Amino acid sequence: MSLDFGPATGLSCRECGARYPLGPSFACLECFGPLEAAYSFGAVSRADIEAGPANIWRYRSLLPVPEDVADKPNMNPGWTPLVKAGNLGRKLGVKSLYVKDDSANPTHSFKDRVVAIAVEAARNFGFHTLSCSSTGNLAGAVTAAAARAGLDACVFIPAGLEAAKIAMARVFGGRLIGIEGSYDEVNRFCSELIGDPMGDKWGFVNVNLRPYYAEGSKTLAYEIAEQLGWRLPEQIVIPVASGSQLTKIDKGFKELVALGLVEDTPYKIYGAQALGCSPVSGAYKAGHDVVQPVRPDTIAKSLAIGNPADGPYVLDIARRTGGAVEDVTDAEIVAAIRLLASTEGVFAETAGGVTVGVLKKLVETGQLDPDAETVVLNTGDGLKTLDAIADGAAPTAVIRPSLDAFRATV
Amino acid sequence: MSVSVRIPTILRTYTGGSAEVSGEGATLRDVLAKLDSDYPGIGARILDESGKIRRFVNVYVGEEDVRFAEGLDTVAPEGVQISIIPAVAGG
Repeated sequence: MSLDFGPATGLSCRECGARYPLGPSFACLECFGPLEAAYSFGAVSRADIEAGPANIWRYRSLLPVPEDVADKPNMNPGWTPLVKAGNLGRKLGVKSLYVKDDSANPTHSFKDRVVAIAVEAARNFGFHTLSCSSTGNLAGAVTAAAARAGLDACVFIPAGLEAAKIAMARVFGGRLIGIEGSYDEVNRFCSELIGDPMGDKWGFVNVNLRPYYAEGSKTLAYEIAEQLGWRLPEQIVIPVASGSQLTKIDKGFKELVALGLVEDTPYKIYGAQALGCSPVSGAYKAGHDVVQPVRPDTIAKSLAIGNPADGPYVLDIARRTGGAVEDVTDAEIVAAIRLLASTEGVFAETAGGVTVGVLKKLVETGQLDPDAETVVLNTGDGLKTLDAIADGAAPTAVIRPSLDAFRATV
Repeated sequence: MSVSVRIPTILRTYTGGSAEVSGEGATLRDVLAKLDSDYPGIGARILDESGKIRRFVNVYVGEEDVRFAEGLDTVAPEGVQISIIPAVAGG
């Protein structure tokens, strides 16, 4: 089997630096640390990137994918809007604010970015089935991408997910298995399935394909920098579930600097969690460098990972860059969803309520500089978490079709 | 107490390919010590130099993540299944 991962030359352990050949492996044999793609980049210019397609494949020379990736059947995610959020900025007192709106992806969450990379890895390794453990958004992204790529799908979710996420995951076909338990129990189940003959030739996008999959989040960093006119934002607020996305956005910014694509300007990275699942912000505030797992209880189900594998890296990055990790209550999440929608016309899922709510709190508590340019991420679509605002889902008034009846409502 | 220990793929080189082996001990600490004497070297893969569970390893006694229980001092009841699983992310 000849492998083609473009500029990626191997896997390296993020903990101890041990090197491994490219393969469907995810944990270091020496220390169990997470493996990630290692590269040998050629010369990459802004012009080359700008001439590429209006999706993540414009950055293919920075990703573990073959050069001809755009010609293969995949979901072509990315290049989502960076919304100049003047109204929201005025409400919060932030001078220059942008919302990176990743609900504009094909299955309406940022997960399409990571899955697209995992699909290329699955093709490379000759896998026939695409699988994952999911808090919901990933399940839909995987079943859709499998349908497009002509792979089988079998995905695993906690049984108590939002109805919209279940419907979305099922409509694309394949098998959707609800596990009685939390996401962390689903994750554990998948880790065991992977060592079992039943899981042979399966690509678990966030387990054995994770070193490839996780790299997809770097494209958020690339896009934000390019959309700002090839420079880094001064501050960015990112949701934290496993911590992988935040870790890879930092990696993406560093690569852009190393390749000379942007100037080396300082940036602060802020992590956002829901109070009902806040193991990382809890550790941050306590000054710890390891994360004590928690049992999640929050409406932000897409962030409900109680045992976040990349949590220690989130702590490292927030501290290194001068950012912070903060959390908000479920009520603050709902209020933030409404605030973002009513100021900018962006309907975020609960995870977007978490980032906007945390942004507000960071400003109010003086942890974030309101005069510095700030980007806040919305990673999913509000239509998937309608229950969160269901009490506001009735009309303002119901009237007879007469002008008098309408006048009476004013 | 005699228990069974599920071995993740990346540690099966120590157990001759076995996915599950039998173990013994009153606490998780004892079980891991016995495991290392049966399969020399495996202990250092699970515990770091200071004897703590490595930060990218999850260990379960039965259904319980031992970090919710008493860590290495978690009691291992007769016949319980102990699982050693690399931490993975995603969502």
